[in-house]
Amino acid sequence: MNALAQLAAEEAENPLIPPIPELVIGLIAFAIVFFFLAKKLLPNINKVLDERREAIEGGMEKAEAAQAEAQRTLEEYKQSLSEARHEAARLRQEAQEQGAALIAEMRAEGQRQREEIIAAGHAQIEADRRSAAHALRQDVGKLATDLAGKIVGESLEDTARQSRVIDRFLDELEEKAEAAR
Amino acid sequence: MSDVTTLAFETNCHIFDGCGFPAPGLHSFLFKPLIGDGDSSVYFNKTMLLALLGSIVIVGFFWAAFAKPKIVPGKLQMVAEAGYDFVRRGIVYETIGKRDGEKYVPFMVALFFFVWIMNLWSIVPIAQFPVTAIISYPAALAAIVYITWMSLTFKKHGFVGGWKNITGYDKNLGAVLPMVVGLEFLSNVIVRPFTHAVRLFANMFAGHVLLLLFTIASWYLLNGIGIAYASVSFVMVIVMTAFELFIQAVQAYVFVLLACSYVQGALAEHH
Repeated sequence: MNALAQLAAEEAENPLIPPIPELVIGLIAFAIVFFFLAKKLLPNINKVLDERREAIEGGMEKAEAAQAEAQRTLEEYKQSLSEARHEAARLRQEAQEQGAALIAEMRAEGQRQREEIIAAGHAQIEADRRSAAHALRQDVGKLATDLAGKIVGESLEDTARQSRVIDRFLDELEEKAEAAR
Repeated sequence: MSDVTTLAFETNCHIFDGCGFPAPGLHSFLFKPLIGDGDSSVYFNKTMLLALLGSIVIVGFFWAAFAKPKIVPGKLQMVAEAGYDFVRRGIVYETIGKRDGEKYVPFMVALFFFVWIMNLWSIVPIAQFPVTAIISYPAALAAIVYITWMSLTFKKHGFVGGWKNITGYDKNLGAVLPMVVGLEFLSNVIVRPFTHAVRLFANMFAGHVLLLLFTIASWYLLNGIGIAYASVSFVMVIVMTAFELFIQAVQAYVFVLLACSYVQGALAEHH
């Protein structure tokens, strides 16, 4: 048989009975790990993890704030746009009304002016006609008396003027013309 | 303790050579002291070296990751954060709750990585020994956990209330009350720290024996027709190594989960 088997036979120690030196070293080894992790390294990383979470949450908060801001701006913009639309519509309406009023006024004014011009024309024509008729009547009377004086051989001018013969004659003519019309 | 570590590979023992199979056993877990005399109580051996080295590895890793942490983490910090977060959220917050549990997070994180790395030595070349397969190490950790939750119980509920909490005392139980109290006392105060330590120890012990068995067999069978069997055994070494990797993490997780549930029980109003 070999040496190993003999050794195995010799060493029948109970494996569940802990050797004290290993126990001590085990405690020391674990204490080293626990000390460094608990005192320095894990607090370190916890701080950074918190910072990271804050950074992420802060970023999200910022993004949310920006979104809310954008939303508010959009609302404001929409509102002012609709206000502007109403204003524009109102102005257009007003302008149309004003325009219509203006046109009506202008039309009335034009009408009035036209009637004035027409009336003035009529008055002018009437005045001209009267003066023409008056001049004509005098000329006709003079021509008639001159003509009659030449035929009779003496001047009838004064007597004719005195007797208003010609005037009466002409009045009669006019009356006849009136009657014929 | 005497000289025991003669590795199977150091013998030239193969099948059909008239040489018996050098089966692994308790002697596989005994080490000749590196410093000091094995017969005195002051010595330094391989498992102690691995335990201290493991501590340095854990502290070194977390130092490199968390000494100057950044808000935008580098790769190392990200990995360490994932591990930290796993224990914090996955174990402590799940069992004790966020409000009460925060205080115990450093302890549980240290516990988890300590146990895990000590287990992990099992498959690290040259080391190739799970430190937790020596009962002293799980026992030390279980003792710390035991003292923690026991003192918490009495601090929170007072002396009488503490015992009531531990033993599940409830007047409504009537006739079965003495039995319940007796059983709970036995289960919680006496058996609990023992099972807590032995569960880890036995798993790692058995895992190491399995790995040894297939490794030694691979070597032992290397002769004549045995070579065919040796190859099968070697494949098993690979498979078992992968399996051990899984078990190591699971056992670390279970150890810490139990520690958390003990603390939670100590803080709870009614057990």
